[in-house]
Amino acid sequence: MSSPALAKGMSGWFRRGPWEAGAMTLIGGGIIMLVQPWSIDLYSYSFVTILAGTVGYVIVSHFPE
Amino acid sequence: MDKMTTISQPDDATIASMSEPARSRATRRVRGLSDRTIAWLFVAPTIALLLAINIFPLVWMIRLSFTSLNLSMSYLPLRFVGTDNFTDILGDEDVWFRLQTTAQFVIWSVTFQVIIGFGLALLINRQFRGHSFWTTIILLPMMLSPAVVGNFWTLLLQPQIGPFNYLISLFTGVAPSSFSMTGQVSLAPWTIVLVDTWMWAPYVMLICLAGLRSIPDYIYEAAEVDRASAWRQFWSITLPMAVPFLMLAVLFRAIENFKMFDMVNLLTSGGPGSTTELVSITLKRAAFEKWRTGYSSALAIILFVTVFGAANIYVKALNKVKQR
Repeated sequence: MSSPALAKGMSGWFRRGPWEAGAMTLIGGGIIMLVQPWSIDLYSYSFVTILAGTVGYVIVSHFPE
Repeated sequence: MDKMTTISQPDDATIASMSEPARSRATRRVRGLSDRTIAWLFVAPTIALLLAINIFPLVWMIRLSFTSLNLSMSYLPLRFVGTDNFTDILGDEDVWFRLQTTAQFVIWSVTFQVIIGFGLALLINRQFRGHSFWTTIILLPMMLSPAVVGNFWTLLLQPQIGPFNYLISLFTGVAPSSFSMTGQVSLAPWTIVLVDTWMWAPYVMLICLAGLRSIPDYIYEAAEVDRASAWRQFWSITLPMAVPFLMLAVLFRAIENFKMFDMVNLLTSGGPGSTTELVSITLKRAAFEKWRTGYSSALAIILFVTVFGAANIYVKALNKVKQR
């Protein structure tokens, strides 16, 4: 693949919108896992999930629109 | 020698005779500091203060969260324990239950605040006599300090002399001193929800009012032409256009209530038992009653990351509302 085509393909892949939505889903899911009353296992992994979502959000918010 | 001095520091007459870019450069050289340097000099004290007050304690807390520091035994050497504090907290059923209590408090108080706040906004949005006076009265609770609110509601809810129990007794016939709003397991959680709703529903009203005022009149006029009923206008115009503002209010109040400490600490101190013990009170107890500094630092970081994550979603929602 030529260089401009590769760059175009990469920028298509690293669009901010879907990645931000994914990171926000991770944060929301993590918060639900943190406060849900059903499974202590979900509670145990909640912080890692929120942390992954938050760090991910900070990174993907620098992707191009 | 004189000529050299003139070159390094030109006088006003020399500067005036120069072309515009040369004059600008010469003026800058005379003053000795570039615009960028001056800007940095102005900002530097604020940055230094922010680093000292916000960033340094945060970094210090992160460091402590990986240690076994207990301030009641501070003579012991500081031991690095890795992620043990985090593992302890994320396996501790007590903290899990406190987080559930916090979530229940957040869900109920935000629900009531949104319903009452939106209802008040719909009322205040109509023009009527004394409109400004009633708006000010409604906004009063929001302007008070949570410490003041906690103290005077403690007096209002006092079983023997508090007027609240007498008011309930008037409607239900139950003896005023036969129940305690802050002392009974079944009533205490609803009491903190009640007081928080009383205090913050006006804030939700303000946000909703901004949303309602942003709806253009011509949409309602078109609906009138189409002979849409008031109910139909509410469901098809008012509510859909106010939803982004409602979402904003929900997110903001949820974040604030998740961190709630002062008012609940004054009203019930987490009691009776641990019925109203929110996670912020658990954190205070771990840090300043049990002196488990390392453990409480780790808990504080968990709460910080949670609130930071939720705040990201809030800012995103805020930007969407701004784009409307």
